[in-house]
Amino acid sequence: MSNPRPAVIGADVPRVEGIDKVTGHVTFVDNIEPPGMLHGMIRRSQVPHGRIRRIDTSRARQLSGVYAVLTGEDLLRMDIDPYIGPAFKDQAPLAIGKVRYAGDPVAAVAAVDRDTAEEALDLIDVEVEELPAVFDVQDALRPDAPLVCERLVPAGTFADLIELLGGGDVPATSNACFQYKLRRGDVAEGLRRSDRVFEHTFSNPPTQHSDLEYHCSIAQWEASNRLQVWTATQSPSYVRIMLANMFRLPESRVRVRVPYLGGGFGSKLYMKLEPLAALLALVAGRPVKIRLTRNEEFFTITKHGLVAKLTTGVTRDGRLLARDCQIMWDTGAYADIGPRVTHKSGYTSAGPYQIPNVRIDSFSVYTNKPPAGAFRGFGIMQVCWAYESQMDIIAREMGWDPVEFRLKNVLREGDVQATGTVVHSLGLDQCVRAVADAVAWDYREASAPHPTGDGARHLVRGKGVACSMKAVITPSVSAATVLVHSDGSASVLSSSVEMGQGSDTALCQIVAEELGARLQDVAIVHPDTDVTPYDLITAGSRTTFHMGNAVRMAAIDARSQLWPTAAELLDAAPDDLTAQDGRVWARTASDRSLTHGQIMMARFGGRAGTIEGHGLFETHHGSTDLDTGQSDRVTAHWMCGATAAEVEVDTDTGQVRIVNLATAVDVGNAINPFACRQQIGGASVQGTGPALLEEMLFEAGQLTNPSFVDYKIPSFLDLPDRLQPLTVEDPHPDGPYGAKGIGEAGIFAIAPAIANAVADAVGARIPSLPITPEKVLRAIAPP
Amino acid sequence: MKHDVTLTVNGRVHRMVVESHRTLLEVLRGELKLFGARESCGMSLCGACTTLVDGLPVSSCSYLAARANGRSIITIEGLGRPGALHPVQEAFLAHGAFQCSYCTPGMVLTAACLLEENPAPSVDEIKEYMAGNLCRCASYGEIVEAVQAAAGQMPGASAPRGPLRAGAVQEDGHGDGC
Ligand code: FES
Ligand code: FES
Repeated sequence: MSNPRPAVIGADVPRVEGIDKVTGHVTFVDNIEPPGMLHGMIRRSQVPHGRIRRIDTSRARQLSGVYAVLTGEDLLRMDIDPYIGPAFKDQAPLAIGKVRYAGDPVAAVAAVDRDTAEEALDLIDVEVEELPAVFDVQDALRPDAPLVCERLVPAGTFADLIELLGGGDVPATSNACFQYKLRRGDVAEGLRRSDRVFEHTFSNPPTQHSDLEYHCSIAQWEASNRLQVWTATQSPSYVRIMLANMFRLPESRVRVRVPYLGGGFGSKLYMKLEPLAALLALVAGRPVKIRLTRNEEFFTITKHGLVAKLTTGVTRDGRLLARDCQIMWDTGAYADIGPRVTHKSGYTSAGPYQIPNVRIDSFSVYTNKPPAGAFRGFGIMQVCWAYESQMDIIAREMGWDPVEFRLKNVLREGDVQATGTVVHSLGLDQCVRAVADAVAWDYREASAPHPTGDGARHLVRGKGVACSMKAVITPSVSAATVLVHSDGSASVLSSSVEMGQGSDTALCQIVAEELGARLQDVAIVHPDTDVTPYDLITAGSRTTFHMGNAVRMAAIDARSQLWPTAAELLDAAPDDLTAQDGRVWARTASDRSLTHGQIMMARFGGRAGTIEGHGLFETHHGSTDLDTGQSDRVTAHWMCGATAAEVEVDTDTGQVRIVNLATAVDVGNAINPFACRQQIGGASVQGTGPALLEEMLFEAGQLTNPSFVDYKIPSFLDLPDRLQPLTVEDPHPDGPYGAKGIGEAGIFAIAPAIANAVADAVGARIPSLPITPEKVLRAIAPP
Repeated sequence: MKHDVTLTVNGRVHRMVVESHRTLLEVLRGELKLFGARESCGMSLCGACTTLVDGLPVSSCSYLAARANGRSIITIEGLGRPGALHPVQEAFLAHGAFQCSYCTPGMVLTAACLLEENPAPSVDEIKEYMAGNLCRCASYGEIVEAVQAAAGQMPGASAPRGPLRAGAVQEDGHGDGC
């Protein structure tokens, strides 16, 4: 039985944790200090590739205040499985045998304070014999390239990485550790039949998440061989499973707790510092905290650099006939979740378009650089950069309007996507139209003269558009529990991590809605693997859809246990009941109502008892042909977004100013419209970083800008003059109240929309990110 | 070298011994367990550690504790509290000017100072003044809105006022922010 009028769903409810946040009282992991806690710090390799000859820790061990010193070799002597990695077991918490990037952890210490730990690190002598290294993905694929990783051992953890399931330990033959393959139609024939064929290569550099909260993990062993962990992670359930594997413990003896996160954006996924903290704590016999510095963040996880070569055939009437995508992902020295990035973005590497002939070959490639993993969008930003840049070049050269060209080709309800999966509930057409309207797109001919700004000759303006789609990670599992207490208030037990995206509020809204409770009577229990059930990860825009469904099911389960008592008291049939704002009544006799507390009191005969509701939401994919990537169901739902940008380019300085930035995302049905717009606006501004500013710069494998001095992220001064976060609602039949995930879609198309606007303004194309003033000046300089 | 210092933090007096290299941020978090000031760069580039010293915003990550001797310090914990929020905090709540909130204490304290100096700042003045405070969730737009809204709500908004100073210790131990 559902309420006729959703009361809490669809309302601009303020964040449930708002007061804690504006007063600075939210707990982050670094605020936690178990008694006796030590501080762990990491010594890192200075060479990008080398064989570890000797690590002498004797002087460090003798320093007063040092409780533990560890090297990779020590790990081999412990009764553990030292290898971790969500796709391949290719990484140890401390390098074993070889270092693979400048910044690779080689030793760690735990000491009474950070000063002592730092001093101890300096006393460690590391001798490494340098090996030839490779830093560029294309070089790394040459047959004579040095091998970064010698063996490929699939982790076999995640069901969506079908290519890796059941794979054994094999020697690596190249630096390509993973390939995603898609074949649809006949690309060669399609290109042959095309009226025009375009071939371009686009690239973007590695960037860094720069979530403001550093990685931080605390581990504490109990005498009974039970491991307690507090950690800034987006994947508590995964961390528990992997720590249990590493230490050969039952999962029930590993407890992982996550308070609030100061941002994640993918950087805090899978295992990061947890194993090392646990190892140091084990050796030291005391709790150990490791927290990184800003500098170390750059050496911990990055967003993949990419090189994409696209060959696209079009017909004279404006249709895409064939597209070939050859894509190389720079996954750095360890694969981390590179294969999932390659795989997830693989599906839609040819763009959100109906194209009868598609070939995609996408490779995760090892290089001697810091490992690359998940970043908001799992690779969609990078592939979108390539295909939406090319879409614009095609439109311009063919004399087509860029918006109309896209609208002619975008996927719509019932179309078959390149993977063979039929598209449902994809409001992409509406997103493109919404952003075009928002920047007053004039559907001009691409060859029309570029409007100039402000009447000053050196300022020129242009508009650009781009769009994108993504498959939500499938299969996946989310479970939740709702407890109704003796006074009728409720707790929501969920392993979804509140990292700023507003999941606590959305989940509480859903539970309040289903119970008919007041929002203030519903509280969230943050991830604690002893009590909060399994959830795959808090990432990939999956929380609202998956955990939203799970908590909804749990609330309905709890309600169904309470209603019979209420029905009896109200002389009504349970089916006749409805509830809102903390009161339950029969539709037929609305003059009498009960509070949830009164119902509990009646049910248990006093101020006692708990009602426990359970929810388990699972999604499944169809069978997939590994040679063609064809599947009847690659995903439980598609998400999509579009961006239109208006920029002003100063042709004297090359500076790009964003005058107007409009991004529309299909939210399905907004649980909290304000929160949706905030996610979209935040993603938009965040996306201007990789578009205009951000780039990790390397010289001979040494990162030269690992700080906010030289690695600039958007500030107040980079805020577009006008920012328009827009929502489109194409409800999804399986989403809670029709809702879809939205955390990522706002960032997908920012960079190409800006690049397309710059090209519109100055008539020159910049094929590599970021679009720096230098590149703009070079692009417009007379030959 | 060690220094005997007296810090007045949120109106409460603390006498302690600090080493020369100890930063104010380390003392606030490590000794006083005031976790509202946060580190995110450690080199005066992000504003997450912003703390008011004698009414002016400083990056406490780069401000030596010894230098704060004899000075009055306000952290987010001393600016307002549930039930008696500072107008800037009220406005941040009303405008949803945060996501993860890691940057929020620094943003709120900086904005409070801005409004003391300039009770009716323009959008550009807000952006300029706050440019040293980074927000990776990019809630910048909402923050600008919140600061503008708070501008109208500041007590004595019509005239510029002196720098923020901690008042007397209140019964519950919280200082009176401004
Ligand atoms: S931590 Fe002090 S300014 Fe960044
Ligand atoms: S709200 Fe997350 S950094 Fe500002």
